[in-house]
Amino acid sequence: MSVVTVQLGQCGNQVGQELFDVMCSDARDVHRKTYSAVSCERFFRQTTQGALEARAVLIDMEPKVINHSMSKAAKSGRWRYGETSHFSQKQGSGNNWANGYCVLGPRHRDAVEELVRREVEHCDMLAGFIPIMSVAGGTGSGVGTFITQCLRDVYPSSFVLNHLTWPYGTGEVIVQNYNSVLTLAHLYQLSDAILVHENDIVHKICSQLLKIKQISFSDINRVIAHQLGGVLQPTLTPASCGAYSRHPIGELMSALACHPEYKLLSVCTIPQMASSSIAFSTFSWPALLKHLRQMLISNSKMEGGIDWQVCPPPASAGRSRSLSAGSFNTSLANLLILRGKDVYSAETGGFEDPAIYTSWLPPDEALSLWKSPVPFNKYEKSATLVSNSQALLRPLDDMVRKAWNMFASR
Amino acid sequence: MTQSVVVQVGQCGNQVGCRFWDLALREHAHVNKRGLYDEALSSFFRNYEGICWGHILTYLHPQAVLIDMEEGVVHGILQGPLREVFDSTQLLTDVSGSGNNWAVGNLMYGSAYRDSIVNKLRKAAEHCDCLQCFFLIHSMGGGTGSGLGTRVLSLLEEEFPDVCRIVTAMYPSAEDDVITSPYNSVLAMRELTEHADCVLPVENQSLVDIVNKISLMSHDAKPGCVLKKESTVTSGQGGVSPTERPFDAMNNIVANLLLNITSSSRFDGSLNMDLNEIANNLVPFPRLHYLVPSLTPLYTLADVNIPTRRLDQMFSDAFSKEHQLIRADPKHSLYLACALMVRGNVQVSDLRRNIERLRPSLPFVSWNQEGWKTGLCSVPPVGHAHSLLALANNTCVKPTFMELRDRFTKLYKKKAHLHHYLHVDGMEQSAFSEALSSLSALIEEYHHLDATKARLIPDAPRLSIAR
Repeated sequence: MSVVTVQLGQCGNQVGQELFDVMCSDARDVHRKTYSAVSCERFFRQTTQGALEARAVLIDMEPKVINHSMSKAAKSGRWRYGETSHFSQKQGSGNNWANGYCVLGPRHRDAVEELVRREVEHCDMLAGFIPIMSVAGGTGSGVGTFITQCLRDVYPSSFVLNHLTWPYGTGEVIVQNYNSVLTLAHLYQLSDAILVHENDIVHKICSQLLKIKQISFSDINRVIAHQLGGVLQPTLTPASCGAYSRHPIGELMSALACHPEYKLLSVCTIPQMASSSIAFSTFSWPALLKHLRQMLISNSKMEGGIDWQVCPPPASAGRSRSLSAGSFNTSLANLLILRGKDVYSAETGGFEDPAIYTSWLPPDEALSLWKSPVPFNKYEKSATLVSNSQALLRPLDDMVRKAWNMFASR
Repeated sequence: MTQSVVVQVGQCGNQVGCRFWDLALREHAHVNKRGLYDEALSSFFRNYEGICWGHILTYLHPQAVLIDMEEGVVHGILQGPLREVFDSTQLLTDVSGSGNNWAVGNLMYGSAYRDSIVNKLRKAAEHCDCLQCFFLIHSMGGGTGSGLGTRVLSLLEEEFPDVCRIVTAMYPSAEDDVITSPYNSVLAMRELTEHADCVLPVENQSLVDIVNKISLMSHDAKPGCVLKKESTVTSGQGGVSPTERPFDAMNNIVANLLLNITSSSRFDGSLNMDLNEIANNLVPFPRLHYLVPSLTPLYTLADVNIPTRRLDQMFSDAFSKEHQLIRADPKHSLYLACALMVRGNVQVSDLRRNIERLRPSLPFVSWNQEGWKTGLCSVPPVGHAHSLLALANNTCVKPTFMELRDRFTKLYKKKAHLHHYLHVDGMEQSAFSEALSSLSALIEEYHHLDATKARLIPDAPRLSIAR
């Protein structure tokens, strides 16, 4: 089953290029034939000469980034983008959501739909769409929202999983809060689930865990790509009966998007460390899972500085619905993906504890577990947690507050 | 790739423009080693045969219109080393000049040459595949620059309403040699407030101070610490013109300003910032579009390994009083928005670190506490490893405008020199009072925002959601 990625705007195209890079190296370097085959089928198609072409459509309102991404991909020698799978104009959206959504989106609708249709026709079976974009700019947010709407209209029975990158809280674009709020409001109606990465958090991961001195956007994009790859690469799910799952996006939706009002998903991965330290570290599933569980309930996205004091409130106390109810992060549903050695012996009972979930959902349905015996991205054992929880509440509230203050002035 | 057209009006505008084209050619020669006509060049130049990328440069034409009501300056350009670059259809000259009279420039020449100007602009625009922006360069104190220049601005708004208009206006200093410069400036200010999308005000006195500071640095440099003279922001070395004339150093600063603003739309970078994003992000209310520019570094030392401290110093300097291109102190006034355009080998972590470091000392308006717009371009300017251009929409322009208004009222109270203006057909006294009230209203708006500076504004009550 194949996934079609739609890369929108500068951020979307840069992140998408790193994502395909990660997935191609993972598929190629690993010596398990079935795994590689499933992974390649999912994200790439084979040309007649045997080269791998990404199942992606690149969209931007100005040509520089697309040209850069396409040449970077071609230079890697292992994969590339389709020659005609891109669409660009000459002038950007000017960081203006309205320009992207109301003017540029409708104007170029036909051209973009044509490109997507061609990509979909190459797929034997379509698993779903993943539009990748940022919310701070104009093209990613505005045109991205419009294109998501088009995907919904033209392919009503396909899954759409939006991947968003939220900007730095200290300001990357002055009107970023307007663009973000407008995008999220629309995407909430259109998308099946929204997977979010925040620049602030990824930046901290780069500086504190990966120990990178001068962090560039490619470092940030690589971390995002690694986390996304950990979610999207082939796994054995309970429903797939011993073979690699052929419905990755559908199963993700049924695992996590349990209620139409709760669609925001966050990702965290463990371990994350500088590549030079990997050789000197040993990993054990109990330690990794214990850290991951505490990261979830204390709402920390990194293994450093976890607050071990946070624990689930006793079952007898009423659950208050305020933001400041301790710093305990209640989840609706969690998807735990384990990759590497000895996955079958990993003990995940900690995630099945009803205390970390809301009271109005059956706790045995709340946790889904996917496994893959293939190590991912050089880590002998790694775990990725995709959770539908309160984790994004604070940054979202900040965003809305700042947008409202700007709007309410004068 | 988008194109921009530069319109230079008057003596000052043409002299600055001439330096701009010289430095632009130098920059592209530095970057474009193979001499092929590429996308970056196409933003300001066209190849003789029309736009054919990848072709060898046969004959580069700048996308420019040169206007002056006396011939001396333009003819000087045509006899200088840039003569092969301009062709006669881009020029518009007259013989007698505007006599430092805004009314003569705006009304008399404005109406006489209206069609001719519109034709030349239209021709320049037609050569462009996708015209994004008009850059207008003129001074405020003279007659042609301020009068005819602002007339051109309103023509641009009429004929090309969708194209962004960025004006680089040279404001006169207090000790200006033109006596009627307050009249000309205030009359021109009204047009700028109404018709421009963004104005980058530059004051002669600041440019003089910066040039003096650089020459002082190069003379007083510590022994063993070699200052690279040819890499200063004021030097035109390596460009087309061999010798440096007076005012060249100052004009080079303004030319570098324009090059840096357009760098992200011409060259690759990890976080692009286009010209249309400047107006969209930095102008919160339509009339408050005066952006104070500041350029750093002004000079580089010859050491190759630039430690992080020097990079941080570059960021701190951008907010200091000495580096602003008008006489103002933005740190003690209120920021409405700020854009940082970085060129060269600077990564996002350096940018974020410096923003977090400097943020506490800069007062931002309550509804835009995180008012930063950032851009990263990978190509550094000639002679520097990296550079920073800061554009601040800041209430520190208020004192400058108030001084201008005072100088205007001093003359206007006595009605001195007024008859020269009123003699021109179409000019009436009401134009003066309207210009004065427009300027006062602008000052009032900045004043209102300033008043909110010290006050703690509580968050606006949020909308309540039906449960």
